[in-house]
Amino acid sequence: MAGASDYLAAMSLSDVLTIAPAGLYCPAGDFYIDPLRPVARALITHGHADHARAGHGAVLATRETLDIMALRYGEKFAASRQAMAPGERITLGDVAISFHPAGHVLGSAQILVESKGYRVVVSGDYKRARDPTCAPFEPVRCHAFVSEATFGLPVFRHPDAAGEVDRLLRSIALFSDRAHMVGVYSLGKAQRVMALLREAGWERPLYIHGALEKITDYYARAGAPLGEIRKVSAADRATLAGEITLCPPSSLQDVWSRKFPDPVTAVASGWMRIRAFARQRGAQLPLAISDHADWDDLRATILETGCESLWVTHGAEDALVHWAGGQGIDARPLRLVGYGEGDEETAEGPA
Amino acid sequence: MNRFAALLDRLALEPSRNNKLRVLAAYFRETPDSDRGLALAAMTGALAVASIRPATVRALIAERVDPELFALSYDFVGDLSETVALMWPVDPARHHNRAPAPSLSAIVETLRATGKRDAPARLAGFLDDLDETGRWALLKLLTGALRIGVSARLAKTAVAALGDVSIEDVEEVWHGLAPPYAELFAWAEGRGPRPVSDDPAPFRAPMLAHALTPADMEALDPRDYIAEWKWDGVRVQAAVVDRADGARVARLYSRAGEDMSGAFPDMIEALLASTFVNVILDGELLVRDGAAIRPFADLQQRLNRKAPTAKMLRDFPPLLRVYDLLLDASEDIRATPFAARRRRLETLMRENPGAAFDLSPLVPFASFDELADMRREGPTATEGVMLKRADSVYVTGRPKGPWWKWKREPYNVDAVLMYAQRGHGKRASLYSDFTFGVWRDGDLLPVGKSYFGFTDAELSQLDKWVRENTTNRFGPVREVAHGADDGLVLEIAFEGLNRSTRHKSGLAMRFPRIARIRWDKKAGEADAIAALEALLPAPAVQPP
Repeated sequence: MAGASDYLAAMSLSDVLTIAPAGLYCPAGDFYIDPLRPVARALITHGHADHARAGHGAVLATRETLDIMALRYGEKFAASRQAMAPGERITLGDVAISFHPAGHVLGSAQILVESKGYRVVVSGDYKRARDPTCAPFEPVRCHAFVSEATFGLPVFRHPDAAGEVDRLLRSIALFSDRAHMVGVYSLGKAQRVMALLREAGWERPLYIHGALEKITDYYARAGAPLGEIRKVSAADRATLAGEITLCPPSSLQDVWSRKFPDPVTAVASGWMRIRAFARQRGAQLPLAISDHADWDDLRATILETGCESLWVTHGAEDALVHWAGGQGIDARPLRLVGYGEGDEETAEGPA
Repeated sequence: MNRFAALLDRLALEPSRNNKLRVLAAYFRETPDSDRGLALAAMTGALAVASIRPATVRALIAERVDPELFALSYDFVGDLSETVALMWPVDPARHHNRAPAPSLSAIVETLRATGKRDAPARLAGFLDDLDETGRWALLKLLTGALRIGVSARLAKTAVAALGDVSIEDVEEVWHGLAPPYAELFAWAEGRGPRPVSDDPAPFRAPMLAHALTPADMEALDPRDYIAEWKWDGVRVQAAVVDRADGARVARLYSRAGEDMSGAFPDMIEALLASTFVNVILDGELLVRDGAAIRPFADLQQRLNRKAPTAKMLRDFPPLLRVYDLLLDASEDIRATPFAARRRRLETLMRENPGAAFDLSPLVPFASFDELADMRREGPTATEGVMLKRADSVYVTGRPKGPWWKWKREPYNVDAVLMYAQRGHGKRASLYSDFTFGVWRDGDLLPVGKSYFGFTDAELSQLDKWVRENTTNRFGPVREVAHGADDGLVLEIAFEGLNRSTRHKSGLAMRFPRIARIRWDKKAGEADAIAALEALLPAPAVQPP
């Protein structure tokens, strides 16, 4: 960053954050960010299960993330909680912290930690593509950036999501006598696909598996443009030819899916860009719709932050670290084990 | 190209034949002539465009991306065409205001007109113009690895489905046609006349038989029928024709009209050297061993190879065992009754002897009971008998009544279910692919795999049993309890047994299916390997 004083030049990322067994730890503020096991004080970037776990002492997160954690784990998910408004700045020990929109899912935030003028941003998961169901990513200038790299390989360049939804609608036009089932992660992906379908002009009710109900209700109450949503009842299933049903990816191969008429199985995930994954998931209609930044957006974002140090928390770290080195950024893979393993029996987690 | 790419993308992941057919038919309906014709050619193996070697593709990408990033990506994706398609660098400005992507025909025409030296640069230009799916499809097409699970016959069936013609009609006219098949589409859509084949040795769609059931048999009078052996080979048609200019042409076609001449140059040579004049023969292709017939597995060796090696030609010489005659000295005799055709065939075969072909003998019988006995004890390489009405004319397709196939009863073995795997498509939620084994020295030895033979109700019982008795999981596969007391016994029916070096058990079942679920039996009472080994043929010649 321009104008860094001699004092700042002597600071480094590891003076602010360290890697402890429970995850990323800030000694000066005595808190963890997205810890992998219960801790006394946790700052949570977003509500996906691999980042937001139950059982912490105090939890700081956005209002939406706290609500989502309460929906998933019950009201007693933590001993105490504090909601952070976007941009609001508070002091914890010797550091100041603030939350900034990450564009990943409703309530998702990057966390800025300022220690004696040295700025570190922990991205959590993020995306730059447009999403009608959550606030867009806001770039935050910093000295050090701690980034995810779920799709940190040059083969991942996500296509326009509207085009993917269009393929789904064209399949319904061709196979109007078959049920169309879309495997989606229940927090974020499901609601984004719903909103995209509405934007594409699909006005029929959207059917959902019970596992999607709570979070979808919450999004609707928060004002997401989802239209009419109906929970599938056992008796409905045989009648859903030509309709769209959203369900967790694991349900596509479950006994539950059997009663649908000759289903076309779609899966909405960034992994669907790779045919071998599509085949492995039994997707006949892979929809490459992702809640993560792709290779181009990861690189653009890292450059936009102006960071001189980069830690890569999880995903395909090697390629991103290799690229960042070539840009003169001091980059290091953390290989934090535990992220990217969602709560829905999917090998790759929410994507 | 985009539409063709989307077609391949969809076909590659659609497991059901019927749904593939709908996807194909929709594509043919909506796509203009030259593009759909070339797509048809690509799927029937008739598209002549110089292929691109993987090394060329690697060289193109190496000029454009960081080698380290390429290595990481290729390692992750595992498929060269797909890796290159996904990471091919795209100029964002060009991407934004892109001219329409080039059509399949524009690409094929350009590449045809391009010399070998300039082909990589041209290909790179097209890759710049296409999107990820388009690049993937083009690279698959040019490196000759479509692998979309569409047979030539399925593609032709989709053409027939455009209008009021049958697949047999399409197969008959096919060999006179060349890409992009405009006259074929016009005819299928009812806009043009049936294409006239100027092929000197055309294919004639064969007449097929129904399987004979006991109920059918009651209605039949044995005196109306002539019997012959049902050979365990593949059905073929051989045409030997002298062209107007005096040149002699011989062709060997599969039952579906695919030209097999290239895979059987020895048979073509024998036909050309024969004294046949303008004939089309219908018969069974077998592999001979002096006067004897080799097991089906040996024929399989030849069928698997588009161009046989010298060793294969020597070790597995083909035999055409003829049982019908469609064209006799330029005369189309399909409208004459079978008995009369048979007499002409016998004369023809007597007058034109050769080592590579012979006449399939008749099986005289007085009653169906007598025939049933003979069927059980037929010569090797037979799998039952055929019954053909003496007065039946030769018609295309599978009419019910004139021809019957009466196969030998299958073999049976009691095996124990060991592993189950989820099916595809409709069966994606069901454990429907079953691996079973028989006992050897106190352990179960897997001997086969089957995914049919049961009713829907039985399948749901099997699925339930698998879920409740799972002992281990390996991805989509579940291992189930298979101890002597807790295993499930399946009665497996199969058509025959061959030696196999590919399987641990050393044997391969032909056409195994689950005949019955033996809920009543304990796994310990299932058969041992000795029961199967007794059925094995004498050791075959080692494959090359």
